[in-house]
Amino acid sequence: MTSTLERPTRGAAPEARAREPRRLGFGRSRRSAWDLKLSPYLYISPFFILFAITGLFPIAYTAVISFMDWDLVRNSGEFIGFDQYAWVLSQPKFWIALRNTFSIFLLSSVPQLIVAIFIAAMLDQNIRAKTFWRMSVLIPYVMAPVAVALIFSNMFGDQYGVVNTTLQNLGLPAVPWHSDAFASHIAIATMVNFRWTGYNTLILLAAMQAIPREYYEAATVDGAGKIRQFFSITLPSLKPTLIFVIITATIGGLQIFDEPRMYDQYGTGGADNQWLTVTLWLYNVGWGEWNFGRAAALAWILFLIILAIGAINMVVTRSLVRDDGTRDPRTRRERRAQARAAKERMMADAAPAGVRGEETGR
Amino acid sequence: MTAVNAAPVPIVERDAPSLARRRPRPVRGSRPGWIVYASLGAVLLASVFPFYWSLLIGSGDSSTIRDANRSWIPGGNFFTNAAAVIGDPAVNFWPALLNSIISSGLIAASVVFFSTLAGWAFAKLRFRGGPWLLVFVVGTMAVPMQLGVVPLYILFSELGWTGQLGAIIIPALTSAFGVFWMTQYLRQAVPDELIEAARVDGASSFRTFLTVGAPAARPAAAMLGLFTFVSAWNNFFWPFIVLDRQNPTLPVALSLLQSNYFVDYSIVLAGVLLSTIPLLLLFVFAGKQLVSGIMQGAVKG
Repeated sequence: MTSTLERPTRGAAPEARAREPRRLGFGRSRRSAWDLKLSPYLYISPFFILFAITGLFPIAYTAVISFMDWDLVRNSGEFIGFDQYAWVLSQPKFWIALRNTFSIFLLSSVPQLIVAIFIAAMLDQNIRAKTFWRMSVLIPYVMAPVAVALIFSNMFGDQYGVVNTTLQNLGLPAVPWHSDAFASHIAIATMVNFRWTGYNTLILLAAMQAIPREYYEAATVDGAGKIRQFFSITLPSLKPTLIFVIITATIGGLQIFDEPRMYDQYGTGGADNQWLTVTLWLYNVGWGEWNFGRAAALAWILFLIILAIGAINMVVTRSLVRDDGTRDPRTRRERRAQARAAKERMMADAAPAGVRGEETGR
Repeated sequence: MTAVNAAPVPIVERDAPSLARRRPRPVRGSRPGWIVYASLGAVLLASVFPFYWSLLIGSGDSSTIRDANRSWIPGGNFFTNAAAVIGDPAVNFWPALLNSIISSGLIAASVVFFSTLAGWAFAKLRFRGGPWLLVFVVGTMAVPMQLGVVPLYILFSELGWTGQLGAIIIPALTSAFGVFWMTQYLRQAVPDELIEAARVDGASSFRTFLTVGAPAARPAAAMLGLFTFVSAWNNFFWPFIVLDRQNPTLPVALSLLQSNYFVDYSIVLAGVLLSTIPLLLLFVFAGKQLVSGIMQGAVKG
């Protein structure tokens, strides 16, 4: 049905012409066949052409440059093999930057997700003025990261920042937010959390609202309290969404630049590289020291790290999702043993596989 | 419930309360206690406090930050400080604002147009390699911007475009996320029969897109435009690399406020507030759409 309608073949054309000779001539139908065949490619071509120029070509060319000693004046390079990679990996700065990046990433993603889940759970209640509260969590999202960073680096000022003065008013010691590495990571992670918690809250809220309400009704009938319901129904149902959020947070978090760049007025990551991140170092190598070969090698190393983390995420994800889907009370070992036994039984009496297929299929 | 189904007669006012009573109350339908509102209030406070803090410091003078007994009521210097930001020759506030408006607007319009077009093709037109190409598009979303900046910079400096606004607009004209988003939306928004009907009527492929696809795509396109605009407006890394200090976008200009040896935070934070006003205005008018956009994307993505 559809195929004849979508692709008028030459065989169909005479028939149509017999009925409506003026509108569907031979030439026209050929043109419309071309139109149908080509236009999809035409529609998607802007994306692919532009991606080829500003995405694919730079990625490949970054790889080329990373094997070169790039000369900015001549705008060309000399092939030197893996030297730039060796240089990057031999720098203590690289390992410090990597440590800082992961530290900031963990400090920003883990608390953020926990808080986001709880805020979402509250927004999921039957509250008054829903739209108002939902909008209120999203206010920080419209603020530029640079602006957020400027405000927070002031609030986390070592001497006069509001955080330290408040701590001191409470009789607590002031925290060296800029000189101590871990403290600076907390401050920078706070900026990230400030901007993104509300956004992730809304994603999780949407996922919560997709949970069938009957689950909760059944749980209430069974006598489960709200907290039990949250841990036994809400959290397991959120798993796929959480994984999505974690993956996007990983890709974004490992590239963090704006916040550490604006944490002080120099933008070099602190006197002892306390908050130097990989991308911040990439910028400083590329556009501070003007060494494009090294910057390119660093970019590729960062990309490989992101890919590796992404792959780990996928593996963890898959096992989590599968566990979630089957809800099998047996442990994996029991399951395997039973499957093996079933298989042996099957081999033994060569019975039709359909009956026990469920167990052995896995 | 049954009453509604059985009786197509208009519901009389008198019936309304009894209907409401008979409707099965959702289990979690009861209004939550004060603790929920208190926590949400605390969250609201936390979202707003940094703004208030910048107003507090930004409306004082250079000594306000050091004043241990400063009051919690904003002072009267905000406009003086804002004027200092606007007048600072190193900041180029007005060109920066104009650049941000032009680049974000152009990027948003272009992303919406090309994404709708490509999304239409992926969602509703069958062509060889289509599904694979869509997988490819989605895969490109994981590629970090950092990976391409060095060659992009070399490319644009060869072209003599560094410092030009085009250098930040061109790479952002299309977006893999946008294509994916529009594909997802159009797939369920347009019934295939409608397209076939348009074809039977003799509409060309592009005409079908314009008359059937584009109107159906409007809600998702508006969301995409909104989000693209916000992220283009806030983008910092690439503009910071490629733009001149004389011809910045707003975030780049903002970053220059802090680059002086002596940092006067009353002026820095006044500038921060000033630069945030446009997006806060956008939030006032389109915040609801942003909220529902995120929530829709979450369900589909």
